[in-house]
Amino acid sequence: MSEAGFASSAETTVTVDGHGLPLWLLLELTYRCPLKCPWCNNPLDFDVYREELSTAEWIDVLRQGRALGAVQLGFSGGEPMQRRDLEELVGEATRLGYYTNLITSGMGLSQTRLGALRDAGLKQIQLSLQAMDADLNNRLVGAEAHAHKLAAARAIKAYGFPMVLNVPVSRHNIGEASTLLDFAEELGIEYVEFANLQYYNWALVNRSDLLPTREQIAAAERVVAERRARLGRRMTIYFVISDYYDDRPKACMKGWGNIHLTIAPDGAALPCQEARVITGLEFPNVRDHALEWIWRDSPVFRKFRGEDWMQEPCRTCPERGHDYGGCRCQAFLLTGDAAATDPVCGRSPHHHLVGEAVAMAMADRRSNGLIMRQRGFNVA
Amino acid sequence: MSNGAPLQRSDVVELDPRYLFRWEERQQAYVLLYPEGLVKLNATAGAILAEVANTAEIGVLIDNLTEKHEQQDIAGDILEFLEQSHERGWIRIKR
Ligand SMILES: C[S@@+](CC[C@H](N)C(=O)[O-])C[C@H]1O[C@@H](n2cnc3c(N)ncnc32)[C@H](O)[C@@H]1O
Ligand code: SF4
Ligand code: SF4
Repeated sequence: MSEAGFASSAETTVTVDGHGLPLWLLLELTYRCPLKCPWCNNPLDFDVYREELSTAEWIDVLRQGRALGAVQLGFSGGEPMQRRDLEELVGEATRLGYYTNLITSGMGLSQTRLGALRDAGLKQIQLSLQAMDADLNNRLVGAEAHAHKLAAARAIKAYGFPMVLNVPVSRHNIGEASTLLDFAEELGIEYVEFANLQYYNWALVNRSDLLPTREQIAAAERVVAERRARLGRRMTIYFVISDYYDDRPKACMKGWGNIHLTIAPDGAALPCQEARVITGLEFPNVRDHALEWIWRDSPVFRKFRGEDWMQEPCRTCPERGHDYGGCRCQAFLLTGDAAATDPVCGRSPHHHLVGEAVAMAMADRRSNGLIMRQRGFNVA
Repeated sequence: MSNGAPLQRSDVVELDPRYLFRWEERQQAYVLLYPEGLVKLNATAGAILAEVANTAEIGVLIDNLTEKHEQQDIAGDILEFLEQSHERGWIRIKR
């Protein structure tokens, strides 16, 4: 025991061999939501999925997921507070031994429900907040939400939950980093995540009106660096840079069908939240199939698992083992081929598309052109 | 290595309540779960944190582990691992 000097070997990363366990289970309980964020990553046709899984069906998913080895559980949406059975689902998840995370806009998160969630064993809450400037925040989400969000943040801390403050970052609110961090510091929030937007669904529709400039990003990074230095261990600040400004792709989901499993409101099983953007795939549904078959054997989950599906330049690239060729959804949306190299990669023959999108966004800096998330949106 | 003062045998430590530590049957390993993440621990690290979950005082914890593993020279390694755990925020000093 001692000769190994086990301090250095004490932490091993999760093994990801392509047929691993679905360690992360994300339940999108509903696509319903009172807000209208113009970057929302829910599908553009979110309102056509009306047949949400019932309480009993979600509980069955929880049991099957746990038996498959899932440990991290997210309740998201849409707005998960729209489901009246959330407390019951959290309680069941706790009994099954999950680490339970609630991902919420704060709308509908009353003191009463917070208390019930705590009693049900909820472990942590991620709250999204866009700005400390109330008008700006309300304009960005298309509703009078700011006061509710601040009250929700205070209540979450008063109830003693560990908390992630999530800030979806666009050119409109990137300048709010400093005041948001002041607020987080005042409340003792443990984690702050500046999530530069990912351009799928509504965010892709509004891409030219959302992408920040390089200068804006650099300024925000300076603010974050200064806070990290000052606050040290008291607060963990994540700054997820937009991959449009990178020349290597993100290791999306740590690989397709590798550790992550999302269940959409209607029971469709997705290798990632955004996977529905890839047309032509028949996503297996938990109403028709056992989760074990879906995860291990369904054609969709096997399609981009491992490396066999890769084309050049990924197929022979030394970096394929840690970025998995990037994001399949982004490859599909930008090139039309879900098996292509993510165009964010400098080695992709389509890389110019990303540069062109950035150039277009910088040229076309309309101020009020945001298309809010809405029903019946005509995709064409 | 730790930036703070080194841990002492007389320190009483506990798992940070932000983390959930437990045995995971499917992985045959102890895991630490926390907001947005998870760490799978190897046998040694798991054994030490399991001891932290039961015992509080570092000196007692070291004696227990030494006895269990019938080894004399592991105190330094245990202390080093505890300091790294402290640095990472997995454990905190109660007093
Ligand atoms: C779809 S929301 C569902 C939960 C809840 N309605 C909310 O907004 O907090 C899940 C998380 O994704 C973030 N998000 C939404 N659209 C995004 C995008 N295009 N890129 C990055 N993050 C996004 C939200 O800020 C939120 O933290
Ligand atoms: S991102 Fe905004 S619109 Fe989308 S589900 Fe969350 S709060 Fe609702
Ligand atoms: S070519 Fe493919 S594997 Fe290589 S860095 Fe680019 S995306 Fe990653």
